[in-house]
Amino acid sequence: MVRFIARRLIGMISVLFAISVIVFLIFNVIPNSDPAARIAGKNANAELIARVTADLGLDKPLPQQYLTMMKQIFTGQLTSYASDRNVVEQIWAGLPATLSLCIGAAILWMSLAIWFGYLSAVRAGMFTDRALTILALVGISMPVFWLAAILLYFLSFKAQLFPTGSYVPLTEDPVQWAYHLILPWFTLAVLFVGFYSRVLRSNMLDSMNEDYVRTARAKGISERQVRIRHVLRNSMIPIITLFGLDFGAVVGGGAILTETVYNINGVGLYAGEAIGALDLPPLMAVTMFGAFFIVLFNTIVDIAYAYLDPRIRLGESAPT
Amino acid sequence: MSPILTVKDLVVSFATEDGVVQAVGGISFELAAGEILAIVGESGCGKSVTAQTLIGLTRAPNAIIAGSVDYRGRELNGLDDDQLRHVRGEEIAMVFQDPMTSLNPVYRIGDQITEMIHAHRDVSDAEARNRAVELLRSVGIPNPERRVRDYPHEFSGGMRQRVMIAMALSLEPEVLIADEPTTALDVTIQAQILQLIEGLNHDRDLAVVLITHDLGVVAEVADRVVVMYAGQIVEDGTLDEIFYDPRHPYTWGLLGSLTRLDQPRPVRLPQIGGQPPSLLAPPPGCRFAPRCPHAFEKCAEPPPLEARTGGTHLDRCWLGPAEKTTLREVEGRICLGEPA
Amino acid sequence: MSKGDPLLQVTDLVKHFPIKSGILIDREVARVRAVDGVSLTLNEGETLGLVGESGCGKSTLGRAILQLTEPTSGSVRFAGEELVGRSRRELRPLRRQMQMIFQDPFASLNPRKRVGQIVGDPLELHKLAKGAELKRRVQELLERVGLQAEHYNRYPHEFSGGQRQRIGIARALALQPKLIVADEPVSALDVSVQAQIINLLEELQDEFGLAYLFVAHDLGVVRHVSDRVAVMYLGKIVESSGADALYEKPIHPYSNALLSAVPIPDPKRNAARERLVLEGDVPSPIDPPPGCSFHTRCPWATDVCKTDEPALVEYDSGHAAACHHPLNVDEAAKVRR
Repeated sequence: MVRFIARRLIGMISVLFAISVIVFLIFNVIPNSDPAARIAGKNANAELIARVTADLGLDKPLPQQYLTMMKQIFTGQLTSYASDRNVVEQIWAGLPATLSLCIGAAILWMSLAIWFGYLSAVRAGMFTDRALTILALVGISMPVFWLAAILLYFLSFKAQLFPTGSYVPLTEDPVQWAYHLILPWFTLAVLFVGFYSRVLRSNMLDSMNEDYVRTARAKGISERQVRIRHVLRNSMIPIITLFGLDFGAVVGGGAILTETVYNINGVGLYAGEAIGALDLPPLMAVTMFGAFFIVLFNTIVDIAYAYLDPRIRLGESAPT
Repeated sequence: MSPILTVKDLVVSFATEDGVVQAVGGISFELAAGEILAIVGESGCGKSVTAQTLIGLTRAPNAIIAGSVDYRGRELNGLDDDQLRHVRGEEIAMVFQDPMTSLNPVYRIGDQITEMIHAHRDVSDAEARNRAVELLRSVGIPNPERRVRDYPHEFSGGMRQRVMIAMALSLEPEVLIADEPTTALDVTIQAQILQLIEGLNHDRDLAVVLITHDLGVVAEVADRVVVMYAGQIVEDGTLDEIFYDPRHPYTWGLLGSLTRLDQPRPVRLPQIGGQPPSLLAPPPGCRFAPRCPHAFEKCAEPPPLEARTGGTHLDRCWLGPAEKTTLREVEGRICLGEPA
Repeated sequence: MSKGDPLLQVTDLVKHFPIKSGILIDREVARVRAVDGVSLTLNEGETLGLVGESGCGKSTLGRAILQLTEPTSGSVRFAGEELVGRSRRELRPLRRQMQMIFQDPFASLNPRKRVGQIVGDPLELHKLAKGAELKRRVQELLERVGLQAEHYNRYPHEFSGGQRQRIGIARALALQPKLIVADEPVSALDVSVQAQIINLLEELQDEFGLAYLFVAHDLGVVRHVSDRVAVMYLGKIVESSGADALYEKPIHPYSNALLSAVPIPDPKRNAARERLVLEGDVPSPIDPPPGCSFHTRCPWATDVCKTDEPALVEYDSGHAAACHHPLNVDEAAKVRR
């Protein structure tokens, strides 16, 4: 097991390195991304641009620029080209909001998905199943930004049931914190509830035909116990692994659209702004941040999988 | 001695996209206490469906089950799932063909056994755990205290099947249904498992319904034999009756197509031509007639399963008893033979 | 190849599968010794039965001989030509003469291809026929194996297990090979269908002069089809002899145990037999026992069996076994070489 983790950590570092290089190269190839020209302002002349370039070190060879930027990220001294503020600090500042949004949505989506998926599977073909299937498909089909906009308009603006976005820190006022996040949680969760409940339903229907479920029934266990201890338990394994990957992706940047529409000052919103301004330092940092989370969760998922499915526990010996 | 299990006119059909498949087309048989009854047939004959239907494992929205399964005076077919679960495991237990897929891979063996015990008895965890260890010991698993914490994939095929048998016996049932218990095992391991089953039958008076396609296994352990073909029973008799006085051409065919280690090699292995009929639309008369070289006009009428010469040896063939005795032997060997 | 040479000559064939583990670089930590030094010969038109239980290496041996998996070491001479170490291009013309029939009739046929394609592809690949001529030859093959010409356009899933196995046989025959390795060709079939396929294989052998390497775990089937039989245990051949000789007088304790374990479909004879039931499970081919690999389960094992690996010794003419305490022989019967 230790060997496995060591291997994955080394893999993680390699992946992060590769991503950083690729992002860096991409941004140096995009047209209109010459920061010096933008910073220098609208009426810049060649001389001014040249001076800004030298100031920001943009005339150095690319590998050197890359190394400098990496160093700055890791020592927390990276400055945005556009706003002159410390990028790393900004990311730290936005983290609580993003985590609040993502963790809350995750709890919501997992609870609902498991409930709906289980119901759909045990009542397969019947009305409940069909109704839930339609709901799931609707949920999967709705684009996040559209749903967010609709909810905001009807439930916030018109019906005045919910606040119109923005974020209240947990430490400031827990009730308001939750109240402001209800719509965003729901928006972010809807897609996943639809998808996960379908996957769980499908896994459960497959599992129900497995030989060990037949054995469980033959042992005289109650049907409900069979469904939960045998069918659901085994069907959850792929769900857990999917969850790990999706959660990593959501924290790492998947919440951009939700944060933007609801005006939540998280990392996603920050990333959105940086994209608009084609501002390389925050983009670089956010990408690294996102990549880190995704790779981290990838690794956690692999370890969890070994825990959930004893057959693939690494380092175990063959049958004796 | 009255039978403990009586099956009468059992019919099991499944509605599928292609139509209604009559997996079991009306069968009747009995099981006496402490007896080993073998149900023999090839794939698709309905033997596994029969075995599973005995304890209601084939119940499904698309399944139509009719007929009677009487266990000690109780009609099992009429019980709902909640009532039936008290019979399963406690009175009638079952082991299946593939022990690798028949055990849940994510739970330890000990937990799977104690789960069964807790479902039927109100005992403490420690008591259940001790019982599990004893059970493993009783089926010959070495080091049971340690092995009880292992997962299914940490056992070999033969050991897994022993675990399945141990688990099935945890509540001391009266009947064990074994669905092809040795088909997936090597022959030397099969010998061990058959020895185990025979021992259990002898020591505990455990009645066994043994489903198999292997006549060698039947010869080894069975007391009585039921031969199935295309969803019906075609012959029902004692072990000696079936092997030494078989009365249905399909049984002759089965016996004839076996390779025998104790006899010289035939030049050509007697075979049964053709294939079993589709169960969507079984032939109207005798279901074996299309493949039978001895079929004649009367075979267009479905033959009933009955004792044609008195006694308890039943068969489903219109041929006269004298004809059967002559037709079944070709060059000193019982087989289906070629058309006259 | 001169007359009198065997069609197939395998010498000290070894196939080990490495088990690798490591952090950055995988290092070999153990090996699965699937085939651990096997030698055998097969003449034209002959059937050699290869029998053993799961894990003995017989399937791997069949594949290693055909170079479907690359041997770790050893030699395979087919029609006088050495196969081990040859490139794929060099092997290709030789492949025409050696074909394989597989165990699982449901998995060995591509479900997306029509039967005509499955059987005809080898002919096309080796540029032996095309167009109408190809179709005609394929239909001839289908009829020869007991199917019908119009099955040409059907898909595998429309056939039963026995029929699919016939399709596999037709495919193997298409190139008119000299050698067919049949890897458990009837194990997945019902008993009545097994007889049909066995009879078909024998007819084809007579008609086309085929040599079979018949791999199976069913002793009865092997005895019926084989001229000679070799018994494998943990990657080695422990006994080899003419088919009848093995079953009448097994020399190696493992062969004896195997035969004893097979139930005879005759209740009285079965009950009257003296049965030997082996204890324990088959050891793992990753870590085979030292000395004679069977000593852990052998009722007659002594100290020498635990340390010294017995050599394959010929007792009667053509009947050899590797055992320190052979059964059913007296010392004088050892053939001096």
